[in-house]
Amino acid sequence: MTRAHLTTHPTTLPATHPATGPTARPDTVVELTGVTKEYPGGVAALRGVDLTVTAGELLAIVGPSGSGKSTLLHIVGTLDRPTAGGVRIAGYDIAALSDRSLSALRSRHVGFVFQSFHLVPGISARANVAEGLLYSGLSRAERLRRAAEALERVGLGDRMDHRPHELSGGQKQRVAIARAVAGAPDLLLADEPTGALDTASGESVMELLRELNRDGATIAVITHDQEIAASLPRQVRIRDGEIVADRSPAGVAS
Amino acid sequence: MSRARARTRTQVRRLTPPRLSPRDVLHVGSAGLRARPMRVFLSALGIAIGIATMIAVVGISSSSQAELLRELDRLGTNMLVAKPGEGMFTGQDTRLPKDAPGMISRIAGVESVGTTGDVAESVRRSENIPKGETGGIVLKAAKDDLLGTLRARMASGTWLNAATGRFPSVVLGDVSARRLGITEPGQQVFIGGRYFTVIGILEPVPLAPEIERSALIGWDAAEQLLGFNGHPTAVYERSADDRVAAVRTLIPRTANPQTPSAVQVSDPSAALQAKAATEGAFSTLLLGLGGIALLVGGVGVANTMIISVLERRHEIGLRRSLGGTKGQIRIQFVTESLLLSGLGGLAGIALGGAATAVYARAGDLPWVVPLWAVTGGFASTLVIGTLAGLYPAVRAARLSPTLALAAG
Repeated sequence: MTRAHLTTHPTTLPATHPATGPTARPDTVVELTGVTKEYPGGVAALRGVDLTVTAGELLAIVGPSGSGKSTLLHIVGTLDRPTAGGVRIAGYDIAALSDRSLSALRSRHVGFVFQSFHLVPGISARANVAEGLLYSGLSRAERLRRAAEALERVGLGDRMDHRPHELSGGQKQRVAIARAVAGAPDLLLADEPTGALDTASGESVMELLRELNRDGATIAVITHDQEIAASLPRQVRIRDGEIVADRSPAGVAS
Repeated sequence: MSRARARTRTQVRRLTPPRLSPRDVLHVGSAGLRARPMRVFLSALGIAIGIATMIAVVGISSSSQAELLRELDRLGTNMLVAKPGEGMFTGQDTRLPKDAPGMISRIAGVESVGTTGDVAESVRRSENIPKGETGGIVLKAAKDDLLGTLRARMASGTWLNAATGRFPSVVLGDVSARRLGITEPGQQVFIGGRYFTVIGILEPVPLAPEIERSALIGWDAAEQLLGFNGHPTAVYERSADDRVAAVRTLIPRTANPQTPSAVQVSDPSAALQAKAATEGAFSTLLLGLGGIALLVGGVGVANTMIISVLERRHEIGLRRSLGGTKGQIRIQFVTESLLLSGLGGLAGIALGGAATAVYARAGDLPWVVPLWAVTGGFASTLVIGTLAGLYPAVRAARLSPTLALAAG
């Protein structure tokens, strides 16, 4: 995906050609080395975290509240910078990027799903999903087209014109997921995606995430729920700002 | 190492956030407003009241001025009046000669002449009213083309003509008619021991207010029935516009060759022109009041915007996580503020224009709202919108995306 290519076909990349071009989908999506985050007053939320996530992974970052997993989410999502250590997201060295460039990086490479959905009230599901593409540089028509596509993909093809208050909690979270994946990000970060849902809706949301992962999406689920964590292929356990365990089915632990 | 750095640099260059199209800016800027229409209405109202006041103040004075100018245009500025002035020595005869009107009418450029001469008789409703109660009405003998020269119009009845001018007929100025309680021609008034029949009533004569307060009779009737001495006391003349100045210098010598200094020449339209000029100078006090209202409206908008930013921390955080830059957050809130005050400005212009229209309709004036007032008013709302929105927008952009998302 060269610059020239990008400008000639800005609307067809990277969603339809995820594997073309020299810098298409780096194998390593997340690369944290010795990441430390200290807040003024000497409170350390993260102490020397090393974490590598490769493309196509589905992992849980699990830990109790106060363990530093939210801070980890912010740093991986480039919403915050570490006090020390290196962060590479989708191949970019965060330290070298300005706030503007970080914004651009988020709009192209990172998708967020939040516990409380953060949908815009009063506008349709489709408009909500299209809003997620507002900062992508796509035309309005293309944003709406992709929004419809994403809603189909999460199984809400028949709820396009419903407003958030007309949807159930599970459906709202599906809209939020559609918004996060509409731009075909390299990394989907889901912060307690089932936290506000009942068991059944929560399970269907998790199933949707697994489905998206099977289609190639790289997904990190941040949760305090052991059960949910256990249902995912890889679990990164965090406690007191440190990674205490990193288990994957292959049995590789770091 | 150097290869890695080079790669990073090219990537940095590629990571430029795309610009929002103007339509998208408008879209995000109005999203917050659409969600809270009542608040929009109330905070735009402050701006609207300020702008409406200013537009109405300017509009009403402009309309009044336009009416005066229209009147002035109809009446013309080419009329001069010659009157007997003060003599230099006591006992000097300062009366205008009887042939003064004829002489003036022969000055080059003079187009028409009208003459009045004061008659020392009171005008009363009936013989039962004491002689001293004149009601301030002056009896004047009229001759030549007085009506045409003054461009005066009859409110009712007819003007004096060769026939009626010989008989006890009288035309009343509008003030005289009101004071005498005469509402229509055909009624009679008591002048110098006999009844005169009112044959007409004049409309107001802005160029000659003295005519409004007079009763006019024919020159012949005045001389024959009331012993009028036949000396004119005012000669009104109209000339070609480009001859006014020349005529003005010629009148004294022409009208009274013996004592030109005893002739006073005046331009009645000068007073009207001055009045038009002062009407145009709208009330500074009212304009200041409008300005204060506008300022208060601006503070209201700023307040609304600050509250809006506090309430929408989640939305700001969400937009940042979706890839919105600080600049894009800033422009969103400045646009919102601009829209808010711009809406108020438009409503204010409409309100002020409507207020002017009501005033103009009531006073039968032309409806004039100067374009400079409209554009100036709207531009000032945009300035206020920008100023009011800047601080909240900067605050919004500075919010940490993590805090914005985690809050509440």
